[in-house]
Amino acid sequence: MEKILLTHGSGGTLMHKLIDSLFMRELDNPILREKKDSAIVKIGKKSLAFTTDSYVVNPILFPGGDIGSLAVYGTVNDLAVCGAKPLFISLGMIIEEGLDRDLLERIVRSVSLAAKRSGVKVVTGDTKVVERGSCDKVFINTSGIGEICYPGLSVDKIKAGDSVLVSGTIGDHAISVLSKREGISFSSKVKSDSAPLNGLIARALKVSDKVKFMRDPTRGGVATTLNEMVTAGKFGIAIDEDRLPVANGVKAGCELLGFDPLYLACEGRVIIVVQKLHEDKVLRSMRSDPLGRKARVIGRVVKEFPGKVYLETVSGGRRIVGMLSGEQLPRIC
Amino acid sequence: MRYVDEFRNRRLIDKVAQEIRCAVDPDRVYNIMEVCGTHTMSIFRFGLRDILPKSIKLISGPGCPVCVTPNEFIDKAIAIANMKGVIIATFGDMLKVPGSRSSLEKEKAKGCDIRIVYSSLDALQIARKNPNKRIVFLGIGFETTAPTVAQSILIAKKERLNNYSVLSGHKTMPEVMEALVHDKLIKVDAFLLPGHVSAIIGMHPYEFLSKSYKKSCVISGFEPIDILQSILMIIKQVKPKVEIQYGRIIEKSGNPLAKKSINKVFERCLSVWRGIGRVRKSGLKIRRSYKEFDADYRHCEPAKGGRSNLVDSKDNIRCFCGYILKGLKTPYDCPSFAKACTPENPIGACMVSSEGTCAANYKYGKDTTHSR
Repeated sequence: MEKILLTHGSGGTLMHKLIDSLFMRELDNPILREKKDSAIVKIGKKSLAFTTDSYVVNPILFPGGDIGSLAVYGTVNDLAVCGAKPLFISLGMIIEEGLDRDLLERIVRSVSLAAKRSGVKVVTGDTKVVERGSCDKVFINTSGIGEICYPGLSVDKIKAGDSVLVSGTIGDHAISVLSKREGISFSSKVKSDSAPLNGLIARALKVSDKVKFMRDPTRGGVATTLNEMVTAGKFGIAIDEDRLPVANGVKAGCELLGFDPLYLACEGRVIIVVQKLHEDKVLRSMRSDPLGRKARVIGRVVKEFPGKVYLETVSGGRRIVGMLSGEQLPRIC
Repeated sequence: MRYVDEFRNRRLIDKVAQEIRCAVDPDRVYNIMEVCGTHTMSIFRFGLRDILPKSIKLISGPGCPVCVTPNEFIDKAIAIANMKGVIIATFGDMLKVPGSRSSLEKEKAKGCDIRIVYSSLDALQIARKNPNKRIVFLGIGFETTAPTVAQSILIAKKERLNNYSVLSGHKTMPEVMEALVHDKLIKVDAFLLPGHVSAIIGMHPYEFLSKSYKKSCVISGFEPIDILQSILMIIKQVKPKVEIQYGRIIEKSGNPLAKKSINKVFERCLSVWRGIGRVRKSGLKIRRSYKEFDADYRHCEPAKGGRSNLVDSKDNIRCFCGYILKGLKTPYDCPSFAKACTPENPIGACMVSSEGTCAANYKYGKDTTHSR
């Protein structure tokens, strides 16, 4: 009998296959079919963005964040990249019997601080405690609702010639979590980039009406996110290895563990596709935000290689950057 | 990042590439085998084939330890994993390698206790923490990993960690290369030799390649500059010899301490290589004097546990790994490549390992994309 493997949850090709062959088949409807970070639903004349995410990160405390703030920011960002102003979130907690009360307090306080920082309210919640061993310390689910302020962001609007921007260094979150994981732990100064992007995104959308599409490169990293953009096969994306912002600590961690930073999860970065003419404007607005100081143009949308993402390497060669497939990095968020 | 960025410097890369273009004999084709999987990965990752002249053909060799691990090793590991009270500790790459009927990843999903470690020393730690369990470390790799595994056994003996053992699938490089040059089908003029293996064994064990078989050899590092410079050194060799490019790491005679610990714990044995077959003296098995740490002895001797539950190992006939590991065919020649055989659902080991030739071609190669 076929069993579910850890790889089914990696964010890569196997997970997409599972979603298409099971969830989409059984639950199919036009909104779900859009496969956006948030569903866009209409109630009366109002458009709302609605999203949900579960957090199972191990360890629950990591440099630069913890499972509580991560659970808020992750959901806030999924709403923001769809052009929505995040408003309300829910908090579902599954707690393992025997968890230290102090630790739980710390996590809930972190949820509270993160909600304040992002300007959202936690308006409903649920608490479950399960027997020891039935979950690992604590798992959190958050759902969020936001009001669509900038409608029309869509992958269909992307055209050859557009610029691809990223708001900061990539892979920090994954390396910070791994550096503290039991069995791998290594000394590293890398802090998670986990942060709410709604402010930065709202400002970028305010200065330019030529932003075509946005997405936060979480599981599967920048490579997988870019691949999701090109799946329709109408254009390709060329990225420049020289321009990829990668912190030294992340580079070192990647060399040590054999990872490619392009595939590492970020939790506080956004990829923005914008018309070339507005590139500078958007870049300036991103850099004026403390979370976007290191924002950069990393590549461009091209006519050649439709449906593919390719990298111009530091050594002057070219290579295809595929979707994450078969890597073993469970429980990074 | 220091010690890495310098070796990826674009200006230097362009300069060496230019020198290579000037140095090649226009009437000649250079068939160079990069033996090591890390070289293969680096060549793809940095797109080095694009900047080399067409007359230089790079052929990927058998230097990925996961890829050359035969089905019977995986089958044995799975059988042990299913024994009561056993924890398997292994490098992550081994999880997906298909055995005759299953893989460790699938057995893990069924409930076997299989843990990923980054070193045999992590496996020792698991043994210390779980005195009531038997910990079996899957020892695979070449001379590079063998010394740390030998050390883990020496430490286990010293600490009397009797619940620790190693299933040794270790293999050695010079012996299999001798088997390769003997194979008349394989057309290779020169070898790019694995730097990290030589950090342990030095350069002398390879000298037969240039003396008896007239093959040019350069022991190379793994960054783009290393690889390009090594190729340049190969082209410039007038008389075949063994040279070291990776001088910042390698001593001519290797690392005597590491060699000593290998010899203390292991002895040479015949070893089965996926795709290549049986090669004399190309494996390392645990010496009788350390037999209590030998998982083969402790868990696989049928006499001890009644009937052995080992299955008869079978190779997958749809798999071209054997030809690919010998450089006789490329992944694109294989009917399964990127169709039935993908990193999520590998048929052959070359697709499983992150350093396998098929995985490298699948992940980075240009031609793979249209068939995906």
